[in-house]
Amino acid sequence: MATIVKSYEPTFWDKLYLPALAKGLAVTLKHFFRKKVTIQYPDEKYVPPDGYRGLHRLNKYPDGKIRCVACEMCSAACPADCIHIIPGPTPWEDGKERYPVRFDIDLLRCIFCGFCEMACPEEAIELTEIYDFSNYTRDDLLIDKEGLLGVYELTKDTNYYSRPNAGQESEALTSDKF
Amino acid sequence: MDFIGFLIICVKVLVVFTATMLTVLMMVYAERRVSAFMQGRLGPNRVGPQGLLQPIADGIKFLMKEDIIPEGVNKPIYLLAPAMLLIPALMTFAVIPFGTTITLLGREVPLQVADLNVGILYILALTSIGVYGLVLAGWASNSKYSLIGGLRSSAQLISYELAMGLSVVSVILLAGSLKLNVIVEDQQGYLLSWNVFKQPVAFLIFLVAVYAETNRLPFDLTEAEQELVGGYHTEYSSMKFAMFFTAEYANMVTAAALTVTLFFGGWDVPLLNETSMGALGAILSVLSFILKTAFFLFLFIWVRWTFPRFRYDQLMKLGWKVMLPLALINIFVTGGYLTLTSLR
Repeated sequence: MATIVKSYEPTFWDKLYLPALAKGLAVTLKHFFRKKVTIQYPDEKYVPPDGYRGLHRLNKYPDGKIRCVACEMCSAACPADCIHIIPGPTPWEDGKERYPVRFDIDLLRCIFCGFCEMACPEEAIELTEIYDFSNYTRDDLLIDKEGLLGVYELTKDTNYYSRPNAGQESEALTSDKF
Repeated sequence: MDFIGFLIICVKVLVVFTATMLTVLMMVYAERRVSAFMQGRLGPNRVGPQGLLQPIADGIKFLMKEDIIPEGVNKPIYLLAPAMLLIPALMTFAVIPFGTTITLLGREVPLQVADLNVGILYILALTSIGVYGLVLAGWASNSKYSLIGGLRSSAQLISYELAMGLSVVSVILLAGSLKLNVIVEDQQGYLLSWNVFKQPVAFLIFLVAVYAETNRLPFDLTEAEQELVGGYHTEYSSMKFAMFFTAEYANMVTAAALTVTLFFGGWDVPLLNETSMGALGAILSVLSFILKTAFFLFLFIWVRWTFPRFRYDQLMKLGWKVMLPLALINIFVTGGYLTLTSLR
């Protein structure tokens, strides 16, 4: 059944349009004094929330041993096929048998889906909040085990972008993060 | 005219010209900054403190750009059009009084470049000439977008110039003179002596017409980016484009100053008698004029970022069916009132 929608009949006051114009001007003036949303990027940096999927890291135990056991679950789960692991026997006496001799991630192929950290049984691989790691060469975007452990050192305590002296050293860090 | 008088005139011309051009520069900056603020952004803030030197950087960019003259343009007219727009825009400010009379080197110097007997007619005439620049630019560019832009501006001119002129007539009736100085002096005195309180309808009509006259939103049909690329200046580049730009902003400055002069008491400071206060009065009057003009310039930007563009037929309808009859009725009422009070 059709419903009859009665159209709004403008009153004389409405037809003057002046009150509506004043209302519109008031809205823009209110926005004029509002807080601005712009983040002036290289000077100020956006602090991503927890769970952001940025640059990878390899976690360590508190005693400094690598958590990774080179099970290659992550590289199997990876839809972009960007994780390359060469396993080997562990160099430490106690604990796990296997250990990654090489652990390379091709950041150019990575799609930052986070499947690797979901697949990892040891919670060894994790995505961090770091998002500005662009570089000048392709080679510099292949991250190896040392690089991944370095990212762990950078991000283990605090959010990378809210650390005390954020912004001052970030340029230097970008180039030798890996 | 003696030599010192000539010198004083020269200085006044120079000061007014520089002030107008500086205001144009500031407006280019303010436009971007205010629009950004109203959209929650920051706008240009990198060149100089708070981005204040941005217009200079823009100017340098315009000068460095390649000056393209497209094939198929009517070259003489194409080259003439920007000047035809800019020169009247800069000339208009000459008759606007921006302060009281000061005494300099033992002679009375009115703070106005030229006190014409037909000041208002001069302004109306020059703003109409400016539209020739638009129309010619649109025609000479040999581009359909430019042509439509020029066409629209001529149609817009006809429908708004009338209402604008008629709204000014009621102000002239009150002052009894076409001299802008007399109109300002007429608005001196008590608190509500400004014409905006005496002639609110005329003020509204004038304000709307001024927005159409200066091709500003909500009446910027001549350059409607979404429909016409750039309108009449689509085919212009480099400094010639900058001239159109400057002319548009210079027109805005003049329009704001004219609104202040006709309806907001010009250089009048409410409740003060500036003419009897000497140098201090002159400074105060100039400051008050600048402040009022600045407000109307801000209003230009404010309105631009608030209201959407009128459709072509809506514009015509508003001009012919609303503003023109309203202006006529307003003249009739004003004239009737003046006749009745003079009969008494």
